[in-house]
Amino acid sequence: MQGAYAINKLKQDSSHKEKMADDLPNVLLLGTPSVFKAYEREFSEKYHFLKPGESSIPLHQFLSTHAGSVKAAFCSASSRVTTDVLQSLPELRFIMNSSVGVDHIDLHECKRRGVKVANAGPIFSEDVADAAVGLLIDVLRRISAANRFVKAELWHQNGDYQLGHKLGGKRVGIVGMGSIGLDVAKRLNAFGCIISYTSRNEKPHVKFPFCPNIQELAAKSEILVICCALTDQTRHMIDKSVVLALGRDGIIVNIARGAIINEKDLVECLLQQEIAGVGLDVFENEPDVPEELLELDNVVMTPHHAVMTDESLRDVYELVVRNLDAFFSNKPLMFEVTRV
Amino acid sequence: MEAMGVLMTYPMSSYLEQQLQNRFTLFRLWNLPNKTHFFNHNAHNIQAVVGSTHIGADPELIDSLPALEIVSSFSVGLDKVDLAYCKEKGIRVTNTPDVLTDDVADTAIGLILATLRRICEDDRFVRSGLWKKDEFKLSVKFSGKKVGILGLGRIGTAIAKRAESFNCSISYHSRSEKPESKYKYYPSVIKLASNCDILVVACALTEQTRHIINREVIDALGPKGVLVNIGRGAHVDERELVSALVEGRLAGAGLDVFEHEPQVPEELFGLDNVVVLPHVASSTVETEMAMADLVVGNLEAHFLKKPLLTPVV
Repeated sequence: MQGAYAINKLKQDSSHKEKMADDLPNVLLLGTPSVFKAYEREFSEKYHFLKPGESSIPLHQFLSTHAGSVKAAFCSASSRVTTDVLQSLPELRFIMNSSVGVDHIDLHECKRRGVKVANAGPIFSEDVADAAVGLLIDVLRRISAANRFVKAELWHQNGDYQLGHKLGGKRVGIVGMGSIGLDVAKRLNAFGCIISYTSRNEKPHVKFPFCPNIQELAAKSEILVICCALTDQTRHMIDKSVVLALGRDGIIVNIARGAIINEKDLVECLLQQEIAGVGLDVFENEPDVPEELLELDNVVMTPHHAVMTDESLRDVYELVVRNLDAFFSNKPLMFEVTRV
Repeated sequence: MEAMGVLMTYPMSSYLEQQLQNRFTLFRLWNLPNKTHFFNHNAHNIQAVVGSTHIGADPELIDSLPALEIVSSFSVGLDKVDLAYCKEKGIRVTNTPDVLTDDVADTAIGLILATLRRICEDDRFVRSGLWKKDEFKLSVKFSGKKVGILGLGRIGTAIAKRAESFNCSISYHSRSEKPESKYKYYPSVIKLASNCDILVVACALTEQTRHIINREVIDALGPKGVLVNIGRGAHVDERELVSALVEGRLAGAGLDVFEHEPQVPEELFGLDNVVVLPHVASSTVETEMAMADLVVGNLEAHFLKKPLLTPVV
């Protein structure tokens, strides 16, 4: 009797699970959002994910075969959402993006098709700003280089360690004054930096001086911190002329998108010592990093980790769940992207 | 003033060395083939000692310089100068406060970020060519954390101001509570350590603060706690700290100073949650110059019988 009971219960459980899976809303998973890996179990208890990444057939085939009726997608910055992709998803009405950057999504086409897009909003801003400040102090004060020096047992008596440069009093130009730029400004202001910024439009609530263009900002700054979105206007905005305007003592920190900087120009300037140092969390062709940078002591590089803290990942998990739930129950979304 | 003899104890700054050379008769206490010979011949010509965090002015040195009038330290910390002995002998002492406050505070925050956010480790990861997009180790957020500061002097206050801009809550322990301070005071280091996520050592080294960070304090800070030291190596019981880090009883440490510089416990070299610096918290071009100018300014004031710029004794 016990055996039969056990088998029956198993059958009930698995059909119950199937039923539950059928009840769970379908969400298309595009790319590999880090938050998905970290919270896969929790996510899978709430939604049924269609995973083209785990299939051997090409994306378009997968979409037309399996995702024809899917209404919502959860997308990472590594997955390009193009017109072609959208065409294969006629029922799609919502894309929840795991990053702040939406340069990989054809926003125009989404708007045309009535597909709402939401991103991470200001959720990561503090962590990204902290990373920017950390990179800047590291480059100026040679923290990573010094850490390497000591751990290689090179610190001897009378060892003349190369001096760094003071942060206080430096003129900092912030490129892009969204929530990240504002958080960076607030922090560097406390270090005694003199802050200016450039942005698509002047921000009346921001008390720091505004510069109408990047050349002017570079000319009056010693440090540039790139905090803007990647768009057609900002692609390769930081090129040789901007670096030269910044000057030989200049430092650039980029925690936005690699393509905002003309990487070839930057490498050339570093090799010719037309710039004093750089701190980079992002690169044009991640995970490829220009080989020349790997040998330089005045360069600090992190692998696109500015948002990769326990806390931010938890915050974005909660946001994604909140937004997917909101979409499926017809409630307002948080951080909907309305610009095209 | 070229007649005045100044003894530099250590090659602490080539800029300072040059400035002293230009104005005084400079003697150097390093690379001496015969110390006794040196003192026999020159001691009576030396009116000033310029000391550093490595070698200051202890009773032995003071006694060997009968013409000594002033000790001008190239540092703000005076743990290497026997202040009581100087006072007894009528020897003036100056240091270099204020000019290095910003740099030291910046280093403290830099160490916090480097440790919590694993910047040095990430940089090493990228340089080694190991970056695969789907591999990552999460780091710890700094903004909003509880920062505990040991010693709320000029440097401690500057650290607090910076940490506040990261929305951190600030608490401190000091010899005495500062009524004008808006930060929360804890009457003991242990209470401070128990109530913060990041503990920063920013006080002076005295008999009372030697090994103030001991096993008990480390335990109170706990396995998620991070220690940052920009004070003096001797503030921390280094052996206890090392074993806590190796055994995972502390989440990480950012250290600019060590008990026996330039020796650093080699157990720390393999730990990716530890960032170590070679005592460089004030080592910037700008501040080195400002400190050197202050040392020279104090010496000149003394020899011209004018008020000292930054006297301690």
